[in-house]
Amino acid sequence: MRSAKLKLAIAAVAGVAAIWGCATTGGGGGGGMGAKSADGIPLGSAGPNAVQPLPDRPRFGKPVSEADLAAWNIDIRTSDGAGLPPGRGTAAEGAKVYAAKCVACHGAEAKGGSVYGTMVGGIGSMTQNPRILTPGSMYPYAPILFDYIRRSMPMDRPQSLTANEVYALSAYLLNLNGLVPQDAVMDAQSLPKVQMPNRNAFMIDDRPDAQAVRCMNDCK
Amino acid sequence: MAQDDKHDSVAHARRNFLRKTAALTGGALAAGGAARAAPLSVQPSGKEPGHVIEETAYGMPSKFEAHVKRRRTDILKNRQNWSDWSMTPLQSQPGIITPNGLVFERHHAGTPDIDPKTHRLVIHGMVKQPLEFSMEDLHRYPSVSRFHFHECSGNGLTDWLKPASTTVQQTHGLLSGVLWTGVPASTLMEEAGVDPRGKWVLFEGADASAHARSIPIEKVLDDAIIAYAMNGEALRPENGYPVRVVLPGWEGNTSVKWLRRVKVGDQPWHLRSETARYTDPMPNGKWRQFSMVMECKSVITSPSGGQKLKGPGFYEVTGLAWSGNGKIRAVDVSFDGGKNWREATLEEPVMDKCLTRFKVAWNWNGQPAVLMSRAVDSAGYVQPSVADLQKSRAIVGFVQHHNAIQPWAINATGEVRNAIGQA
Repeated sequence: MRSAKLKLAIAAVAGVAAIWGCATTGGGGGGGMGAKSADGIPLGSAGPNAVQPLPDRPRFGKPVSEADLAAWNIDIRTSDGAGLPPGRGTAAEGAKVYAAKCVACHGAEAKGGSVYGTMVGGIGSMTQNPRILTPGSMYPYAPILFDYIRRSMPMDRPQSLTANEVYALSAYLLNLNGLVPQDAVMDAQSLPKVQMPNRNAFMIDDRPDAQAVRCMNDCK
Repeated sequence: MAQDDKHDSVAHARRNFLRKTAALTGGALAAGGAARAAPLSVQPSGKEPGHVIEETAYGMPSKFEAHVKRRRTDILKNRQNWSDWSMTPLQSQPGIITPNGLVFERHHAGTPDIDPKTHRLVIHGMVKQPLEFSMEDLHRYPSVSRFHFHECSGNGLTDWLKPASTTVQQTHGLLSGVLWTGVPASTLMEEAGVDPRGKWVLFEGADASAHARSIPIEKVLDDAIIAYAMNGEALRPENGYPVRVVLPGWEGNTSVKWLRRVKVGDQPWHLRSETARYTDPMPNGKWRQFSMVMECKSVITSPSGGQKLKGPGFYEVTGLAWSGNGKIRAVDVSFDGGKNWREATLEEPVMDKCLTRFKVAWNWNGQPAVLMSRAVDSAGYVQPSVADLQKSRAIVGFVQHHNAIQPWAINATGEVRNAIGQA
């Protein structure tokens, strides 16, 4: 199948080259008389329709340096905190940021507000119905807080918080969930070390998990 | 479906009479129709010229089709208007292609307006040479166009053990069929030169949620498309304009819209959207993660919830089937709640990871019936029932990757209602 496709592609290229070849004036130029394409088609090298060999593959990407795209490079590998920037924050500092920028939607002490439900509690609820899903009960890694707050929050002005503000908010939410003390300092070293209760709850996709049978008559 | 006369005992008596007469005459009356058509006069549209031809225009559907619209869910009411979804009216869609204005939406922070002249896409991380592309650059590459279904992992999340939604738009409308056009992701990845240790790829959007997902590089190099067009025109803003990634057969949110950044790494990032969201609750408090493939599924779109049959007689029962693991091989339809099944006809074309239209003729006898469809894909996977899925999954809270059989119950008056979890 693959080789058939390849042959077809080569034939198509050769066809185009042959048509264009009719219109070339031939002679002169750097290619010189007698130059041939990989398929043996003579290459014209002058005039408006001169046949040029195709490049290996088109390349239109412009080189860019990691430094030049730093403003976009906001992801955190949350399992070990790779990508966490310099900065620091405490729960007390986070409470102030929260009161200014988060409380309107998420409510006092992150217990739920006008738009969203609670961000505290739920630890121990994973075997109940319903499970209470909060950063404390659900996130396997604490740096998810940093990554998500920085990229998406606050909803009306995302990517506007400083690293210190994001560390402080992370500390505040972890403290409200009882996972770090009030005076804990969250930074690139300490945040990945916070032990999250749901750390070992995840299993990789093991589907197909259903064993349906294609019964046609008198099925149960 | 027409209005019926369910409370009109006279009409009932008449229908019973007609049914008996039809039986006596071998169905000749039913086949010929109940009443003779009235004489025709010249129609108004033939008596005067129509609308003028505009100098330039973007054509819109007939005003008589104004009811065919995307709709937000009427079950879960979000208290803001940026992170939500709107659903495709599958009950109104013939064939397998969803018109661009009806392709479902799911955003995490609204739809941005992005100028293609200033938009940039970067590929970086574990590559030989980080690269930046303008939209003009992307349009210069050899392109591919492929038909695929697109489905949200949460399609059906409101209807699991008991019915909540009325229509198929509400139960299954986070589903669309699209011809995507763009550059194979492998073309751009090869140009950047992926480090052999690079195993995962982060795709990130330029929207206000900066939505991002970690994707295994095998999938990216296999069939991912950096898409800039859908169904013959530029992407719609709500579907990722000016460029998105499309991961055929995988849950919709992995096909990151408004794509600005592709980063190669050696591990997944375990972001919020791949731990606290888009994961499946499993027994013993566990969560199934990176469940990307949308498994084989089908649904009858006509007749479907909220519609009403006109009375006994012929119906073409039709619907859609799809699988993220290959092509649809067969669809069976049951009229008795899953006891007996008949194989439906699959309408060509039947394509890989694409919506497939199925049809089966049915002569409704006017008695209550429960219609179901069950798809089988080219991997041999048989679409399960809710009961089948319950054996392995702990269905609590929100439901993701719900691909169970959808029953529609029809009562004696022809009303069709959602019977999920009840049949």
